[in-house]
Amino acid sequence: MNSDSLLVAKGISKGFPGVKALSNVDFSLRKGEIHSLMGENGAGKSTLIKVLTGILKKDQGQIYLENSLISPASAEEAKRLGISTVYQEVNLCENLSVAENIYIGREPKKNGRIDWKEMYRKAEVLLKEKLNIEIDVKRTLSSYSTAIQQMTAIAKAVDTSSGVLILDEPTSSLDKSEVQKLFEVMKNLKSRGMGIIFVSHFLDQVFEISDRITVLRNGQLIGEYQTSLLTRNELVSKMIGKEWIEPLLSQKKHAANISKKNFLMVKGLEKKGSMNPVHLSIKKGEVLGLAGLLGSGRTETAKLLFGIDASDNGTLVIENEKIHSMNPKLAIEKGLGFCPEDRKTEGIVGELTIRENMMLALQSKRGIFNYIPLKEQKKIAEKYIKLLNIKTPDMEEKIENLSGGNQQKVILSRWLATNPSLLIMDEPTRGVDIGSKLEIRKLILDLAAEGVSILFISAELEEVAACCDRVIVLRDRYQIGQLEGEKISVKNILELISEGAGVVESVHD
Amino acid sequence: MSQFMIRYTQSKLFWPFAALVLLLLINFFTIPGFFHITIKNGHLFGSLIDIMNRVIPLLVIAIGMTLVIAKEGIDISVGSILAITAAAAASLLEVAPLPYAILFALVIGLICGLWNGILIAYLKIQPMIATLILMTVGRGIAQLITGGQILTINNKAYEYIGKGFLLGFPFAIYIGLAVFCIVLIVKKKTALGLFLESIGSNKTSSHFAGIRPEKMILIVYIISGICSAIAGILVSSNVSSADANNAGLWIELDAILAVVIGGTSMRGGRFYLGGTLIGALFIQTLSTTIYSIGIRPEMTMVVKAIVVIAVCLMQSGEFRKLIRQSSFKKKVNEA
Repeated sequence: MNSDSLLVAKGISKGFPGVKALSNVDFSLRKGEIHSLMGENGAGKSTLIKVLTGILKKDQGQIYLENSLISPASAEEAKRLGISTVYQEVNLCENLSVAENIYIGREPKKNGRIDWKEMYRKAEVLLKEKLNIEIDVKRTLSSYSTAIQQMTAIAKAVDTSSGVLILDEPTSSLDKSEVQKLFEVMKNLKSRGMGIIFVSHFLDQVFEISDRITVLRNGQLIGEYQTSLLTRNELVSKMIGKEWIEPLLSQKKHAANISKKNFLMVKGLEKKGSMNPVHLSIKKGEVLGLAGLLGSGRTETAKLLFGIDASDNGTLVIENEKIHSMNPKLAIEKGLGFCPEDRKTEGIVGELTIRENMMLALQSKRGIFNYIPLKEQKKIAEKYIKLLNIKTPDMEEKIENLSGGNQQKVILSRWLATNPSLLIMDEPTRGVDIGSKLEIRKLILDLAAEGVSILFISAELEEVAACCDRVIVLRDRYQIGQLEGEKISVKNILELISEGAGVVESVHD
Repeated sequence: MSQFMIRYTQSKLFWPFAALVLLLLINFFTIPGFFHITIKNGHLFGSLIDIMNRVIPLLVIAIGMTLVIAKEGIDISVGSILAITAAAAASLLEVAPLPYAILFALVIGLICGLWNGILIAYLKIQPMIATLILMTVGRGIAQLITGGQILTINNKAYEYIGKGFLLGFPFAIYIGLAVFCIVLIVKKKTALGLFLESIGSNKTSSHFAGIRPEKMILIVYIISGICSAIAGILVSSNVSSADANNAGLWIELDAILAVVIGGTSMRGGRFYLGGTLIGALFIQTLSTTIYSIGIRPEMTMVVKAIVVIAVCLMQSGEFRKLIRQSSFKKKVNEA
């Protein structure tokens, strides 16, 4: 064993009823390195991490921490041993202050009582020194952005960790500059000899930050590679197990089958304090993109259209019919569908099964007394599980047991089952592996070819550029411009966003 | 075999069902003639029949409560609604014929449920607080109706509902079964069950999928109100009087207990009507047992508490794991 090995796992196997999640997997993390764990959804990344952190019990194999055998039986024990984890979803108490969150369960004490002053001071120092952020640590966590919340979780993990830090999809809710900030923090920790395991679906980020990459596929170890010796195409091929040709990503749709008739038209729709007036129209079979940075008003626009937020002003016309007061139920009746951005809190109904989750929108379209017979429900569920290639042993499985990409496909099925005329997709590919990502993109193009209108929202501009016939650019909750046809490119969108500052100001005047 | 056992013991219905069977066994050995059923004048009599008869008001209220809890709510005003509707029916019987009295009671129950539902669904008051209002005020309203006295009912037809027999069985049992079956059919044949479980599990997602949570919340509180009214009619006709102070006192607690013992979580989501039925039967059997094996009156609440705690603990997966681990360690030590 190498002397600078920090955490070594040998021959790890783990099975669940009916699935072999990991079989004979080796993994090694050195001191002072950032090691990415790559693989599609269901490849076994999460299972491996859960085994390393004691949340799951391994069936076979050994784990060594600094050359001594360990077998953590719980997350607490792993933490005591020095292995800290930050999960994709922030696991903190939103109603407590930042400092309380960091020191919960290990508050500094004086005379048997909590020493608040010391706690605030320590929290401030920790955030400043290790993460280089200065915020008021006395404020409640909920008053900060997701990014700051994520940083707080990382600060807590760093403070309790003595050697190993595991970051499971830490960047999925961060914007570009926040990601850079996080990377600085990671580099800083690395230079102090810490070993970091990094899990992310963003290939660019993985290539930017990691020293080595371990690839898993279907629970098997594919290999461990030096990042500098690997190309993107090679990595993706290893992940999905077949030859990968990059151009597929930029497969463009043909705009030929767009109808001349507008399906939906919006004039000056706004909600004060949330979104400034929007003007847009979507033709049948058209893919319209909404591009902009985080907080630019993309989701807000979608929520206005679908009637989740009530508008104060403006008109909404669907197929020549003016809609006075939109609500989700009416929207569904008019042929709209909405895949929300926040899958966990706005999309899935965790306790219900895959089949039941798929039925919700269709059932509310048909009304409470027009119950869809079980036989028909099963037929619909079977159809979409097959069509979208949803990986599950059974349609009666709880949706919360599925991986993120498969959950997303169930939500998509929920809307496809209603036979929508306009599908609003808010970040449908976020947190989804590259294979599913492609499938979802292909689905969008196929739907459009069938005459379904799509409103496509994504933070990944390459994706927007690849899929859309027309792109509307937003900035700071203003609609600032539009690109069409050949003019759609990442560069042009970015230019419009940066130029947009002037436009926004002129609108202000 | 052990796999089989584990699956069964994990089922939501296993522990309450086992507890109910155990309770009946205890009765079988300690109380002579507990299972004995006699026929007098074509009517069936016996402890079992008695339990089935007495459980009906609790069962009907618990069924309404199951729906309320499934959507992550609670209704602690059911006892007071029972008292109001009992008083309303009794006072109207003095001046109007029977159907009007029954209809009047049901409408009052509906209005009470509507009140709770509006407070909770549209004014967004927390369910506990919103129903606390009617719980407190309700008995006052009932007293206003009865004029502060216990109203005696003198109407043979009305008394038949709570005391009469049909085909050998107490008439109330048929009403209880009817309510149970209607709600079960509504759950299976309409989307009410799906929507309730969806809202109880994730309200935001449900709203985004086109379900209107407000409407559903209103519906379940109205159902709960009507169930309470049915219980009010049953209770008042059984004792031939309406007592504003004591009719249905603390029944909300037994109802909540029956729902929870039946496997429906207070956090909402999945609900089990069959579980509620077993839960209600268990509570009534327990009360009857405590009285009939002669536990001193000052001890009854303690005994009831201990048994209920035991059942709830056995239902908890965590607790069962603890027991398994400790018995496993013992075996290892012995070996």
